[in-house]
Order: sequence, then structure tokens, then C-alpha cells
Amino acid sequence: MSHLDAHAAVVPSAGAPARPPLIEARALTKRFGSFTAVDAIDFDVAPGEAFGFLGPNGAGKTSAMRMIGCVSPVTSGSLRVLGLDPRRDGPRIRARLGVVPQADSLDMELTVRENLLIYGRYFDLSRREALRRADELLDFVQLGDRAGDRVEPLSGGMKRRLTIARSLINEPDLLLLDEPTTGLDPQARHLLWDRLYRLKQRGVTLVLTTHYMDEAEQLCDRLVVMDKARIVAEGSPRDLIERHSSREVAELRFAPGVQESLDGRLDGLGDRVEWLPDRVLLYAEDGEAAAEGVRARGVRPESVLVRRSSLEDVFLRLTGRSLVD
Amino acid sequence: MTVGARVLEHNLMVYRRVWHGSVLGSLLSPVLFLAAMGIGLGGYVNRGGAGALGGVSYLAFLAPGLLAAQAMQTAAFETTYPIMGKIVWDKLYDAMLATPLTVRDLLAGELEWLVVRLTIVCSAFLGVAIVFGAVRLPLGLLALPVAVLTGLGFAAPIMAFSATQRQDSAFNVIFRFGITPLFLLSGTFFPLDRLPAVIQPLAYLTPLYHGVALARALTLGSIDPAGAAGHVAALVAFVAGGWVLAAISFRRRLVV
Repeated sequence: MSHLDAHAAVVPSAGAPARPPLIEARALTKRFGSFTAVDAIDFDVAPGEAFGFLGPNGAGKTSAMRMIGCVSPVTSGSLRVLGLDPRRDGPRIRARLGVVPQADSLDMELTVRENLLIYGRYFDLSRREALRRADELLDFVQLGDRAGDRVEPLSGGMKRRLTIARSLINEPDLLLLDEPTTGLDPQARHLLWDRLYRLKQRGVTLVLTTHYMDEAEQLCDRLVVMDKARIVAEGSPRDLIERHSSREVAELRFAPGVQESLDGRLDGLGDRVEWLPDRVLLYAEDGEAAAEGVRARGVRPESVLVRRSSLEDVFLRLTGRSLVD
Repeated sequence: MTVGARVLEHNLMVYRRVWHGSVLGSLLSPVLFLAAMGIGLGGYVNRGGAGALGGVSYLAFLAPGLLAAQAMQTAAFETTYPIMGKIVWDKLYDAMLATPLTVRDLLAGELEWLVVRLTIVCSAFLGVAIVFGAVRLPLGLLALPVAVLTGLGFAAPIMAFSATQRQDSAFNVIFRFGITPLFLLSGTFFPLDRLPAVIQPLAYLTPLYHGVALARALTLGSIDPAGAAGHVAALVAFVAGGWVLAAISFRRRLVV
């Protein structure tokens, strides 16, 4: 039985009694000199869960991930990973983690397969076992035909997939992914999402950071929204949208100069009006009706788009800023 | 096998792809230097009478100096660009430290690799020098571990420095104002007493002087136990001190 199937045995069935969390953080804080990167955050991650840190660049997501990965010392607060203390048991914890860092950090001098082989060796696998897993993982990430090639000429999406394969060489209980799809084209992102979804189906616990709301919505069972080193909201994507946004949004775009001259003429329409530099968002239970109300007031937008609320709207509501600046 | 040895294995895996060219260079350089300077230039030096160099030929005088200097240069090269590259360019150390490996294992592994690398380069050099008849055997064979130790005396402190750098511009300065002057002035090409008296003590503060003096005593077969012990102690001190500094600077840079 391959290790990718073996995980199926540990998938928690619905309604099973809660097991102790794989990650438990209380008042977790990271400071660099006088700069506070992570400011007393609390969260738990349950086995089998896909958990996300959503937030803009600089929110503290990577610092949180590095502490969980036991490569960055905790400044204060408490952190337990896999029931162990990173301060004392770093190597033991890391032995059971898979890490996909923001930068691929592959060895450009080695081939695709050799990258996996040597990484397996760092986890104390025999050469034979490391090579067996390497070939299996290369098939999983659809790089089997590039096994003997150097890493350098691979595309960004291929390197990312190789990094994911590398993170799985030790059959981790917990997979940490720091912005797994940043900088990839849409096809590459969808292929990656599919592979991560399969891992999740097999019971691998995923923790990921992203500043893409669609990625968070696709992959995460539960997430925390981070802004300026703090957690500003927590819940499933659907919870968060229900709690912090309306059901629908009407996006109004105007000819240059028109938006600035509207001055109060949209007040009272929908639940809430959000003014962005390039458009106006009308939050409402019924977006079409809200858009009708705009026209009824004699305001003529150049375009009207009615859509469902997304995490982007939640973030905008909570922080007053959009996620990707 | 310790975890650090995985780092050695990693380096060997990379070296396997480049060793042909590397070994060829390791052989060519001593052949050229010993032929041109030892025999060519040495011909003129020897004509002035053997007394100047204590009764030995210039070739025999030069070979151990070049051996130690070669170790220094190899060590300096291997611990500047490649070390910073793994921190800054490829971020390989970040990937390695995400495994059970610790900074201590990583450093030990890199130094193990340097022992291997220096042994390869210095064996080639010593082998050529023996073929040129410039080494008294068997005592001269001990110049090999001495050269490796000399290389490590540079490797450890330079690693400590490299781990503090964010770009490679300072490395030029190290080579131009550190390695090259040492190469020329540490007793490699002429006895140290030819230097102005004020500069001489400065040479004692570098691993190369001790490495050259000890290697030369061994290849000439004129060893003085007390002096030799002093040189070994100095070289060990450079390695140990550099190792401590490297552990500090690696930790500061990589565990943040």
C-alpha cells in the first residue's frame, strides 16, 4: 500500500469525537527587535483539517508559519505542535512535518529526482526507500517524465509541484504551505489546488497561508483573517461571509470623475456602501434590487456587476483595505 | 552516521556532477606552478648558492608553501560564494533546516565536506610534488593533514563571515586584500625573515604562516617537535575559534 493511500485510514469520520488539536497556539507572539510580527494570536488546528491564514503581505502569516514549522523561536506565548513543544522537540516535530516554503529553495545543481532523494535522506530514509517514494511522488505531481532533468529549466508551476512532492517525502502528519500558488498562472494554480485537495481527502492536515480569497475559499475548512499581526476574524469561509458581509454585492463602475461627484446620492441603498478608488460596492441581500435603486435615483453607472459576497468583502469590511494591494 | 553527514552526502551528490573538471584543475595548477616557479625560477635562485634557503633547492622550499596556500584558497572559495548562495540565493539552508537537521548538524556537515574537498585538492597537489621529487618521504606525507587543517583554519572563520553577508561584494575584498597578500607574503615564496620586521609578527596571526612552516618542516624532513606542536596548536585554535563564531553567525542568520 502506498503512503498516499495509507492516510485514508486516519480520515476522521463525520461526528467523531474531537481529538486533541495538532496545533495549539495561545497568545503566540513573534517580535523582531521592536517590530511585532505576530501579536498574541490564539488558534487550534484539528487533525484532518485544512486551515488557512488569510491576510495581506506583512500581516504576520509567514512568521506564524515559521514558528509552527519549528524554524523560528517563539518570542512569547505558548505553542504546541503535534502535542510537543517546539522549543525542546524541534527536530522530533520537524521529522513529522512537510513544509512548502514561499521560495521553492530547490537545489538547482541536482536533478528533479535527486532533489527528492537527498531530502528523503535528511529524514533518515534509506536511499532505496527515498527513491521509491520519490518516483511515486513525481507521478503524483505529474513530473514523472522530468525525473532525470535538472531543476533549473523547469517552469514556475513545475518547481512548485516539485517542492510539494519534496514536502511529502517523509509522509508528514501536517503539511505547511506558505503561499503555495503565488506567482503561478491559472492553469498551474488549478493543478496545484487539485493535488492539495487530494491530499486533504486522504486525511493530511493542511495549514496554508494565502492572500488569495479564492484559494482560501477553495481549500480551507476554516481560516483566520490576519491583519497587522493580529487575528481579526475566524471561521469557515461561509461563516465569515455570513457574519461579516451581506449575501450579495453590486459592483458599480463609473466614467472617470463621476464617482467623486456622487456625494451622498447612494446613501441608504442596501445594507452598506463601500467606496473604493475605482468602484463602489453596494452590499445587499438582493444585489439586483439595490442596483435598481441606484438607477431609480437617476445615477447611471457605466457597468453593474451583481455577485455573491466573497472573503475579499469580509476582509474589506474588517480592515477597510483590499487583500491584494 | 550522524545527521550532519547527510550534508556531506548532499555536497558529494553535487560534486559528482562537476568532479572531472575540478580534479583536472587540482592537478594542473600544481604542475604549472612547480614547473614554472620551482624549476624555472628556482634554477636562478639555486645558482645563488643553496645556503640562502638553508641548503635546500627552491623547488623543495616552494612546494610545501604552495600546498598550504592551495588549501587556503580552496577553503576560502568554498566558504564564500557557495555558503552565502545557500543562505541568500537558493535558500537551501532554509529547506534543510525544515527537516530534523539542526544548525549544529548543518555546520558540522559543511565542515566534514570541507575536509573531503581539501583532502582531494591537497592529495592531488602533494602527489604532483612527490612526482617532482620535492618531498622527503615518508615524513612528507604528514603535510597532507597539515594542509587540510590549514584550510579548515580559514574555512571556519570565513564561513562565520559569509553567513553575515546579504550580497557577494565583500568577498572580492577578502580575496584581494586578504587571501592574495597572504598567498604572497606568508613564507610561501620566500622566507618570512625577508619581510620588514614590523610586518613579520602579523603573519603569525594567520593560519597560513603556521601551515606553511609546519608543512615545510615535514616535507624537508627537518621537524622540531616543540615548534611543530606550537603550529598545530595555533591551527587548531583557528579552527575551533572559527567554528564557534560560525555557530553564532549561522544561528543568528538562520534561526530568526
